[in-house]
Amino acid sequence: MNSTATAVTKPAQETTMPPTTRPAATASAQATAARRRRRPRNYGAPGQGSTWLISSITLVALLLLWWIATGLHWIKPLFLPTPQATLDALIGALHGQTQGDTPLAQHVLISLSRVMAAFLLAVVTAVPVGLAMGTSRLVRGIADPIIEFYRPLPPLAYLPLIVIWLGIDESAKVTLIYLACFAPLAMASKAGVRSVAIEQINAARSLGASNWQVIRMVVFPAALPEILTGMRIAVGFGWTTLVAAEMVAATAGIGQMVLNASNFLRTDIVIMGIIVIGVLAYLIDLLMRKMEEKLIPWKGKM
Amino acid sequence: MLEIDQVSIEYPARKGPPSLALDQVSLSIPAGEFVVALGASGCGKTTLLNTIAGFIPPTRGEIRLAGEAVDGPGSDRGVVFQKHALMPWMNVVENVEFGLKLRKMPLHERRRIALECLNKVGLLSSAHKQVYELSGGMQQRVGVARAIASSPSVMLLDEPLGALDAFTREAIQELLLDLWNESQGVFFFITHDVEEALFLATRLIVMAPSPGRVVHDLSMPFARRYLATRDARGTKADPEFIAARERVLALVHQTSSTGMH
Repeated sequence: MNSTATAVTKPAQETTMPPTTRPAATASAQATAARRRRRPRNYGAPGQGSTWLISSITLVALLLLWWIATGLHWIKPLFLPTPQATLDALIGALHGQTQGDTPLAQHVLISLSRVMAAFLLAVVTAVPVGLAMGTSRLVRGIADPIIEFYRPLPPLAYLPLIVIWLGIDESAKVTLIYLACFAPLAMASKAGVRSVAIEQINAARSLGASNWQVIRMVVFPAALPEILTGMRIAVGFGWTTLVAAEMVAATAGIGQMVLNASNFLRTDIVIMGIIVIGVLAYLIDLLMRKMEEKLIPWKGKM
Repeated sequence: MLEIDQVSIEYPARKGPPSLALDQVSLSIPAGEFVVALGASGCGKTTLLNTIAGFIPPTRGEIRLAGEAVDGPGSDRGVVFQKHALMPWMNVVENVEFGLKLRKMPLHERRRIALECLNKVGLLSSAHKQVYELSGGMQQRVGVARAIASSPSVMLLDEPLGALDAFTREAIQELLLDLWNESQGVFFFITHDVEEALFLATRLIVMAPSPGRVVHDLSMPFARRYLATRDARGTKADPEFIAARERVLALVHQTSSTGMH
């Protein structure tokens, strides 16, 4: 079958194709091959694909630039210490060689426990409030103006008031971060209620669900994806607020460590502290994303 | 016995008089009937189904089930939705037993019933899969299993096969007739597909738009014929079926075009 088919088509090709087109044909074949080797330009969504390699190169390039700029003394160490000095500051800080003689691990632990305490408090209060706002006209009417007013305020704007009310001990800082976490989390939970399909509610009702059962067994799980997004935003916002708050009033914590080092012009500790703050924020976000994968595997699939 | 007694539904309009979605619809449906409501979009068939389900209160009139007035949704009326409306945070068997769980039935008992229902719709082997792992047709089968798990006396199906391909659609049509035959309850099925309507209905209701109303109420033999012969293709290829299809198509065309202006 196959051989006869080629036997038939071959002479046909040779008769229809003038000999002069032969070199042109191979040239165009080469052009197609070259085109095939290049990345296809006009397929799929613009900018799709993994950025892992590019990002790694960027990071390495930045580090290299830092290393060269400080190594060749383009910048004074007072303004930007060398990577080596920053690393030494990190090792020193781990052993407690900071201005307050507090080891880095303790600063980090204090900061993290403040954020986590406030965040957990916000989760157990803001999620029910947000769900209640989404499902009850009365609650939404009461809570909306309060939250909408204070949500856009920078937390540091009401920190002085909290300090007057609660002093400068732990409760003031936990309250501040709690308030910072509360608004985005309540708003996300409220918005999450909107993401439940009316068919899902009607299905539950037609199966005999009471109002409370609908809220608990349909609205809440349907809102979970948005709640978790809200939690990610809230914990990030809480972390930023904390570090800022620690720079205003604290005796320990990663923010205080950085501020204190800057008072002594220890730029190496400042840079090291900033990197530690950033890495911790990244790790927290990573943890939240892992939690999302675990808790809502259906996200984006229905 | 499902009675729809002079039911009118009005929606408030932004300006002017409220729009009439259903105008004095009356139907009396004894147990064991497969009613199919057929009509162009806007004729109020989904509104009628939602009213029977108890999702919408009638503006005037009343719906009675076994002599009692319907007041809100209840598990005596199972609903299968256009979009399956399953809960993705529960796996297949948990979705099916959801209604029984709401009624605090012990786990082993509700699991047994749910698996039985899944077996009826041919999905026993998928019981422990996640719903988002299933195809559209399988999801709709789960929706059917969930509705029959509460053994309702009325099954309300709102264009459940609209989004499915022709082969899956035919398979589920046959499945629905089997479930109906077994339950001997009322099935109320909405579609805009004439062939589907003729194949499933023992009673075909043609509806017309603006205002939504019932204009024809026809008795159909083909569902019972299929159940007797088990020959779906033969039933649908029968000259009598084709003649009925043309007749009903003409009716629908006529009723929907008069309501256009």
